Parts: sequence; C-alpha cells; structure tokens
Amino acid sequence: MINIPPAFIYIIGALLIPLIRVRILKQALVLLIPAIAFWNLINMPHGTYWTYQFLDYELILGRVDKLSMVFAYVFVIMSFIGMVYAIHIKEYGQHVAALLYVGCTLGVVFAGDMFTLFVFWEIMAISSVFLVFYRKTKRSLEAGFRYILVHLFGGCVLLCGIVIHAVTTGSLAFELFDFGTLAAKFILVGFLLNAAVPPLHAWLADAYPEATITGAVFMTAFTTKSAVYVLLRGFPGVELLVWMGAIMALYGVVYAVLENDIRRLLAYHIVSQVGYMICGIGLGSEMAINGAAAHAFCHILYKSVLFMGMGAVIYVTGRSKMTDLQGRSLYKKMPITLALYMVGAFSISAVPLFNGFVSKTMIVAAAGALHRPSIELMLHLASIGTFLHTGLKLPWGVWFGTNKGTEDVIEEAKEPPFNMLLAMGIAAGLCTLTGVYPKILYDILPYPVDFHPYAISTVVAMMQMLVLTLAAFWIYIDKLGGEATVSLDTDWPYRMFGRATLWFCNRPLNALRSMGQDLLSKDVVSVGKISKHPYVFLEMLWNSIQGKRVSYQELINKPYNENAYRFPIGFSACAAIIFLFLYGLIYMGVR
Amino acid sequence: MVKKLKIILYVSIAATCILGFLFPNQHPHFWWQKIPVFDAVFGFVGCVVIILVSKWIGHAWLMKKEDYYD
Repeated sequence: MINIPPAFIYIIGALLIPLIRVRILKQALVLLIPAIAFWNLINMPHGTYWTYQFLDYELILGRVDKLSMVFAYVFVIMSFIGMVYAIHIKEYGQHVAALLYVGCTLGVVFAGDMFTLFVFWEIMAISSVFLVFYRKTKRSLEAGFRYILVHLFGGCVLLCGIVIHAVTTGSLAFELFDFGTLAAKFILVGFLLNAAVPPLHAWLADAYPEATITGAVFMTAFTTKSAVYVLLRGFPGVELLVWMGAIMALYGVVYAVLENDIRRLLAYHIVSQVGYMICGIGLGSEMAINGAAAHAFCHILYKSVLFMGMGAVIYVTGRSKMTDLQGRSLYKKMPITLALYMVGAFSISAVPLFNGFVSKTMIVAAAGALHRPSIELMLHLASIGTFLHTGLKLPWGVWFGTNKGTEDVIEEAKEPPFNMLLAMGIAAGLCTLTGVYPKILYDILPYPVDFHPYAISTVVAMMQMLVLTLAAFWIYIDKLGGEATVSLDTDWPYRMFGRATLWFCNRPLNALRSMGQDLLSKDVVSVGKISKHPYVFLEMLWNSIQGKRVSYQELINKPYNENAYRFPIGFSACAAIIFLFLYGLIYMGVR
Repeated sequence: MVKKLKIILYVSIAATCILGFLFPNQHPHFWWQKIPVFDAVFGFVGCVVIILVSKWIGHAWLMKKEDYYD
C-alpha cells in the first residue's frame, strides 16, 4: 500500500495532467490513477491512518472501516468507468476537474473528523461545477452559477453546525450525532442539501442536465452518494429521514412523468433512488443500513449506464429533448447503445438478475421487517414509477415512439465512439454481475447479511408488478410522449429572486429617482446661476432700500464684476483694529 | 408485430399470476402479502395512478412553456 491518503492519489494525479504534453500519456495517466487507487484500496487494512495534530484538535485523513470501504470501492470503480467514457476529450481541464472531484469525494469518505470533511466537501462542490461550465453554453453557465451558490450555502450551514458542535462538545470527531442538539440539526441540513432531499434538491435537476456529456456521468455518482455516506455515518435511525426518503422517492417519480429533457428525467430519478437510501438510513436497522449502502453501490453503477446511454444519444444527435427524438427510429442506428441502456434500465427497475433487485428489495424488506406498512407501499409505488419512466417511457420516446411532427430523419445518428460503448459495457457488465452473484456485494457491506433476494415468492411478486406496469404503460402510451414544457420546482424562488430584484430596481426605485431628479433639477440651475453671482441677493436688498426697481433676472444675467464690490483697503485695516481692540477687552476681562 | 407482443404480454400476466398462487409468500409481514395477485393489481393501479395524478398536477400547475425562465 502507498502511504498517502487515497484522496491525494487523485489530487496529485490531477495536478500532473497539465504537465504532460503528449496526449496518449495523458490518457494513460487518467486511467492509471483509478487503477493505482483501486490496488491501494485492496491492500488497505481497516484502521485509522494519517492523523495530524491541528490546534487542539486531531485531524484524521484515513478512517478505514467496512462502511467507508463500500463507498470507496464503488467510487474508485466509477471513476475508472467515467474516465474510459471521457477519454476522447481533448480539453484536459475536464479531466483535472473530474479527478479533483473524485479525489475530494474519497477525502470525504475517509475523513474521521469534521474539519477534514468540510474542506473536502467544499472542494468537491467547486471542482464539480467546472464539469457544468465546460459545456460552454449560456444555459450551462447560468445553471453552474446557481449550482455553486446553492452548494456554498449548504457548506455555510454545515460549517455553522460544525462550529457549534466543536464549541459545545469540544471535539471535532465525526461520529454518530445526537439528533436533539442544535449543531446536529445544522449539520443534517448541510448533508441533506447534498443528498438532494426536497425541498433542497432543485440544484440537481437544474445542473446535471446542463453539464457536459462526460461530466454529468461523474456528477451523478459522487455528490449525492457521498452525502448518503455521511448520513449513514452520522444520522442512522433518525425517524424524520424515513418519511423524507419515502416522499422523496415519489417526488422524483412525479416530476419524471412531466419531464421532456432526457437527462433531466434521469436526474429526477436520482432524487427518487436516493430517496430509498435516505429511507433506509432513517429505518436504521442493520438490514436497512446494509440495504442503503448496497443500493448506493448499485445505483452508482446503473445510473452511470443510463447517463452514459443518454449522453451517447446527445453526442451523436445533438438533441436532448424527447420531443426532438421520438419517432425517428433511432433504434436502427444505435442498437448497441440501446441494449446497454436497457441493462441499466432493468437494473434501476429492480428486474431480477440485475443489481437493483438485490439492493432495493433489501430496503423494502427492512421496512417490512420493522412493520412500516405505509413506507413499504410508498417504496413499492416509487418502484413502479421507476420502471415506467426509465424502463419504458424513456427508451420508447428516444429510440422508438411515433412521429407526430414532420418526417425528419436523424441522418448523422450512429453508434458513439468505441470508448463510450466500452465504458457502458463495463458498467452494464458489473450491474449484471452483482445482480446474478450478489455475494460479492453482500460480503463488503457494513453488517453481516442474512437476506436472500432470490426467494421465489419475491421474484414472482416483482415480476407481477413489472408486467402489469408494462400493461398500464401500453394503455396510456399516447399520453406519455414528451411535451415541450419545463416544470416548476423549488428552484423557482431563487431563480425568480434575481428577476424580482431587477424589477424592483427598474420600476419603484427608478420612479423614486426620477421624481427626485424632477424636483431638484430646476433648483440646481438656479443654484448654479447664483454661485456665478453671489452678491445678487445683497444687491437686491440694497436696491429695495434705495427704492430702485431692478428685476432679479436682469441682475443675475449681468456679468459678475468683482471690482464693483471691492472695499477700500482702509476698511479692512479699520475692521482689523476694531477686532483687536475687542479681543483685548475680552482678554483683560477674563483675566 | 404488435399483435405478437400483445400475446406475449397476456401470457406473461397469466403466468406470473398463476405462479403467485403456486408460490405464496412464506413470511408475510402484512395482510396484503398473503394475497397471491396483490402485486399485479398494485402494479397496474399504481401505474395508472402515477400517470394520471402526475399529469393532472403538471397540467394544472407545474408545467410551463419552455421559455418560462428566459
């Protein structure tokens, strides 16, 4: 094992990339880094490493136990898949951003104290935003700024919690929090924002679909799942999370029905799927914790397949809306992409033999074992919605569908470059492998697993549900095509806030300004005139004493002649002597 | 083609429901888990409810023209 924290393997790698001038060496390096990190993980025994003394606190950069290892494994595997998918990119800045992002996520996973966690947490947000900016469209720029502002806000809330926690308990250790304390509530809000729990989720559906094709693949994996990890570590068994998770699972489903943008639809299904994990964390039993960790592992793999598939469609067609894709018979031109996408779609829908089945059923079974009927049914319902959208509606709308508009054929459509297909193939292969042989996943989970997903009644029940969902989809197939709309979400307040500020400045504030200007502008002219001729009032007074009638206009328009108002020198001398005399009198009197 | 797919669908609905009767849930936690075709009914009704309710909320409130934020 290399004696540096896994995070720094990526961070050092990211810093080396700009120094290498040969493209092929750069490509080799970005693939080599995950490979080194993976080899390092395999050889890293459990324990606590890299502890440093900082002020009165202890910073821990390497807390290695079963929980952190599950996440570290999948993050490293995912970074390799993402890099294969992105290897053709010539803009190496994207690789630098992605590697920093992955490195900091690993930093979060292995952080044993809140200070280390916070530092990596913030760099994670800042490095990931570049994956949005690199799309270089106006929309992505705007979405990126909203993304970073929301995350910086979340970071501030987290920092508040950490400071209160450090002051009240005197410790920075990142352990189980006491949910009753104020500090824990702040920290929880910071974590929930990154986990995209409604109403703090809008950044996800806003930014991910605007990211670069390859960048979005990274983003889907790391931010929300690292938040799931910290919640697993800090807040297992918090009742609030059970309900938040179940509602969240359905929330994403509702929005997915309405969505027209293909990657935004998938983004809403991240919200839905993370809902299962949040629910599992809230349930807090050993089985639920295992389920949440396993589902995070599987989710990262299948979601990457889905995003890579849709990314490939956007890459070859340049279109990202279902209304621009449906009915163009795309399946004839990209059958391999379709097949690989369907592996991901079957995985997320929990079709038996694919990995979603072995993890999702675990969380649902945990809800059953704890006797939570409403939670169990809500999760089942969300599962139906997942199959409906990612398994049926999206592939139907993108690759098949009926063409309602003009007869336009996408001539340029073809299979994406080999590296993209390879990355999808690796991820799809892993989805199937963990689905068929779940033991490799169950063995690395935090607690010993006593759960058999392939009980025949479970499989039959799942198949019943899926087949009948398909039947209902068939009935409503005409209703489910894309509609050219956008959906309001909880980003509405802050998107509208800017507009409201602009309106406030333009209308009421501007009216006040012009009113003031109207009032004062005339006076400014006369003040200007008077300052050219300061004696005009005295002159008028003098004239009226004398009984002369000279108009103000006449006086003010007369050029100012300073000699006309000059006193003889004797006057000044006289005045000086008088004042000196008065001064002398007062001085003497005081004494 | 469509007809063939329909037949496959009907056959699989029938098959999964029959299998539901043959292999009942051995450890039911709730009463509905004892009903052999509960998941089939739930799948169908749930899917219809999701489509109709979401579309209704969308059309009544959430869905706006694409240039809404521009």
